[in-house]
Amino acid sequence: MERNQMQMHRQIATIRKSLFDQGYLDEQFVQLEELQDNSNPNFVEEVVTLFYRDSARFLYNLDQALEKRPLDFSRLDSLMHQFKGSSSSIGAKKVKIECTHFRDYCNARNTEGCKRTFQHVKKEYTTLKKKLEAYFQMSRQAGPIETACRPR
Amino acid sequence: METINLCCDHITSPISKELHVLAVDDSNIDRKVIERLLKVSSFKVTVVDSGSRALQYLGLEEDNNSSQFDDLKVNLIMTDYSMPGMTGFELLKKIKNSSTLKEIPVVIMSSENILTRIDSCLEEGAEDYLLKPVKLSDVRRLKDSILKSEGAEIRRIQSHKRKRNNDRLPSSVACHDLSVPPPSPQQPTPKLARL
Repeated sequence: MERNQMQMHRQIATIRKSLFDQGYLDEQFVQLEELQDNSNPNFVEEVVTLFYRDSARFLYNLDQALEKRPLDFSRLDSLMHQFKGSSSSIGAKKVKIECTHFRDYCNARNTEGCKRTFQHVKKEYTTLKKKLEAYFQMSRQAGPIETACRPR
Repeated sequence: METINLCCDHITSPISKELHVLAVDDSNIDRKVIERLLKVSSFKVTVVDSGSRALQYLGLEEDNNSSQFDDLKVNLIMTDYSMPGMTGFELLKKIKNSSTLKEIPVVIMSSENILTRIDSCLEEGAEDYLLKPVKLSDVRRLKDSILKSEGAEIRRIQSHKRKRNNDRLPSSVACHDLSVPPPSPQQPTPKLARL
């Protein structure tokens, strides 16, 4: 395998490891990776792309709902429950944690708490999205490891 | 592929074909993941996004003169608990109250670990309650338990048919299966082999 490609793969592995070490991703992401193979080579990225799309919708709806006075805590909780579910399905660990905090404030009917934690949710989501986009872009550039290793 | 193969006279084992799962979830991410989990585990999969669509599908299946030889026969239903409209719990109840559908095992999937909820689902006849996100190990475990009960059912049907064949007049034909060659006189005794 070309030296450059080897370096890229090492870099990608390091980035991947840090995503887990820093708590951005959990075991569920590994489960998704295990479902990826030659017949479904882009499975993880496809699922994550679905997540971005769903998240945009959830976050928009939550934003709108948080503008209303008084707050409809039941609707907020329901929306956040769904968003938390999506986050959990891709292994978005930090996002999931912030969602839980938001729901706690919902249950306590705490308006300020909800507004504050929603900002944290958005921040964690945006951070994760940036990191994952960079990670997948690098992976695509490096190409599949098997092809790179196979002698021509 | 892990299946139970039968060497037997009149029955094409429906479980030497793939087990067919109907998965129900309103989340498109979860639908994609459960579909993949099931396919990787060698299930045939149909995915729908609501309880009402699930019932539609199961109703259609009934209209198609389903029998144990029908390719579309659903062997397992896996449903999300929290769905808008009909919840997974409501779907479970409808299935267990249906004379035609109640034998199909139903598994509930939920992100929430609420004991009272788990209890009510099991009381209503759910086969299992899986915490989301569902893992490969959950699906494998499920497959083993479904294969066991399907195997038991096949043995029961098989012994019933053998009895009927022994009792019947030569002119009546009970067997509908056309894909299995007619039994030879020296048919080995039916046995179950787990691969």
